[in-house]
Amino acid sequence: MSENNKPVRRLMQGNEACAQGAIYAGCRFFGGYPITPSTEVAEGLSRLLPKYGGRFIQMEDEIGSIAAVIGASVGGKKAMTATSGPGFSLMQENIGYAYMAEVPCVIIDVQRGGPSTGLPTKISQSDTMQARYGPHGDYTSITVAPASVRECFEQTVKAFNFSERFRTPVTVLSDEVLGHMREMMYVPQEGELDVTIRQKPDVPHEWYHHFEITPSLVSPMASFGEGYRYNITGLIHDPEGFPTANPVQIKDKLDKLRNKIMRFTDEIYQLDVDGTEDANITLISYGMAARACRQAVQMAREKRIKCGMIRPITIWPLAEEQIREHLAHSKRALVVELNMGQLVHEIERIAPRSCKVFSLNRYDGEVLNPVEVYKRLLEVK
Amino acid sequence: MPVETQASDVTHHYLRVKKSFPHVWCAGCGIGTVMGSIIRAVDSLGLEKDQIALVSGIGCSSRLPVYLDFNTLHTTHGRALAFATGVKVARPDMKVIVVTGDGDGLAIGGNHFIHACRRNIDITTILVNNKIYGMTGGQVSPATPHNAYATTAPYGNVEKNFDPTSLAKAAGASYVARGTVYHVNQLDKMIKGGLEKKGFAMVEAISNCHTYYGRLNKEGDAVNMLKWMKENAVPARAAKNMSPEKLEGKFLTGVLWDVDLPEFCDEYQKLVDRLQKG
Repeated sequence: MSENNKPVRRLMQGNEACAQGAIYAGCRFFGGYPITPSTEVAEGLSRLLPKYGGRFIQMEDEIGSIAAVIGASVGGKKAMTATSGPGFSLMQENIGYAYMAEVPCVIIDVQRGGPSTGLPTKISQSDTMQARYGPHGDYTSITVAPASVRECFEQTVKAFNFSERFRTPVTVLSDEVLGHMREMMYVPQEGELDVTIRQKPDVPHEWYHHFEITPSLVSPMASFGEGYRYNITGLIHDPEGFPTANPVQIKDKLDKLRNKIMRFTDEIYQLDVDGTEDANITLISYGMAARACRQAVQMAREKRIKCGMIRPITIWPLAEEQIREHLAHSKRALVVELNMGQLVHEIERIAPRSCKVFSLNRYDGEVLNPVEVYKRLLEVK
Repeated sequence: MPVETQASDVTHHYLRVKKSFPHVWCAGCGIGTVMGSIIRAVDSLGLEKDQIALVSGIGCSSRLPVYLDFNTLHTTHGRALAFATGVKVARPDMKVIVVTGDGDGLAIGGNHFIHACRRNIDITTILVNNKIYGMTGGQVSPATPHNAYATTAPYGNVEKNFDPTSLAKAAGASYVARGTVYHVNQLDKMIKGGLEKKGFAMVEAISNCHTYYGRLNKEGDAVNMLKWMKENAVPARAAKNMSPEKLEGKFLTGVLWDVDLPEFCDEYQKLVDRLQKG
């Protein structure tokens, strides 16, 4: 990205970092619809994509946006969209289609308060569960939650890598403050971050099955126009892509959607863990909320409180075993979220019996400050 | 056991005979005729199967792509044109065909329909108009005429219907035509014309749903409904010399609009060329 290959430091906004990260990852199609607070991602890519030979299209709504993204991915492009709560809700049916049809794509959700039109210009983390369970039906989803501008870049690249590796849609959960915040960051150089490309078939046309259940469970993906003619449908289908009502094939398909991800979680989990080995109390937080927690942990340690912290960067699937192990020493866990309590229910389920789970929730559109996290920590310790 | 078929060799060449038959349509349904027309149009242009992407939404007509040996994409209800837009932009070298119905294309997909026309993206859309929702069992659609019956219009339709050809023309399409499943040769030619056109082409194919529309409106079986098409279709050219009284209750067929307009993928390529040069 730099001309003389020296590290480039740049003041960048979170949304801009997502756009730059997408280009770095090889994204060459963006379909989207303007919505606060995500619009800078679309604006950035409308400038960047044509310069890289890519395509930007502003669709007529969010439903059409994600549909075009899926179509472009089927056509062989790495493709993405960016939106916020109301748009994310509108996209859900077609995101479900992408799970079913196993089409790689990336959705950046720059969260705002909800429900409904909610708080367009205020922070929230209330789409945590929508990212996991948005579309109807059974499937397993991958979601990452960056907490800095640099991570917006890196996690957008990761999201593309996961989507290409596992042939599945991947959500990046950003938020209004992170998206609009500016930070100094080193722009990753070419070759610095891994970039994954979907596996292509190496068999003749007659042998190719677009949804073949392979040992790795992820089927090689031919694009339209590459000589492998196949059918894609949102109906439950057999390995060739034709609709089926056969109970064995139905179960095989749904098992595949789960297992192709859950058998390879080692590649997917990203946990940022600090000082849980001897902690009496552990803070668990993600995204912007985790930034206030980090400072609260320092404040607690200065008062000789043994305090640890776990920050899942990959929030779906949640690294349950690892989190349970990290909580083995803690008597207390404090889950800090900018919502009325979403991830906390998962932590309650997975925490060891020796660890009591508390929560701190802020949902008034304001960011958390470290002092209120620290105060809550003193209350529950 | 060899698969028996009555289809001609040309048709047979394009069908996924071993994989996806028997089909889901009622005996006598007009959608099969539309499928035949698509095949003949593609064949007459000498297009490679690999070069064709066939995209559809949800409904009876949207089940068509699964039977044809192209790159086929059966999407969500109403969204075929939005998916097809992504496919076309990613693969501008491919011929992209959308098959949609009056419910899929004009109700839930109405917004995508007008914007695909406006963008004038090089997609050929075949809108199979049987005036009713067939797959869900005969509900009223945006193409159901005023006072006609449907299972959700048991006392007659209080709304009036869309004319998809006027809509497409007004929204900016390059090529607009209307045919019927009775006038098969004409339908073949219209679809061929749409495929040859650079830009958004919309061919409305009037079809028969005798199972629901015919039964609920006492229009009889498939043959009677085809007779109705034969008797009420008026070629657009002939209509120019006919009085309004004579045209009462009739509908126009033929190529209704054919102009050259800037096409989306071409325009975007020009932009890319300009930016990459500079």
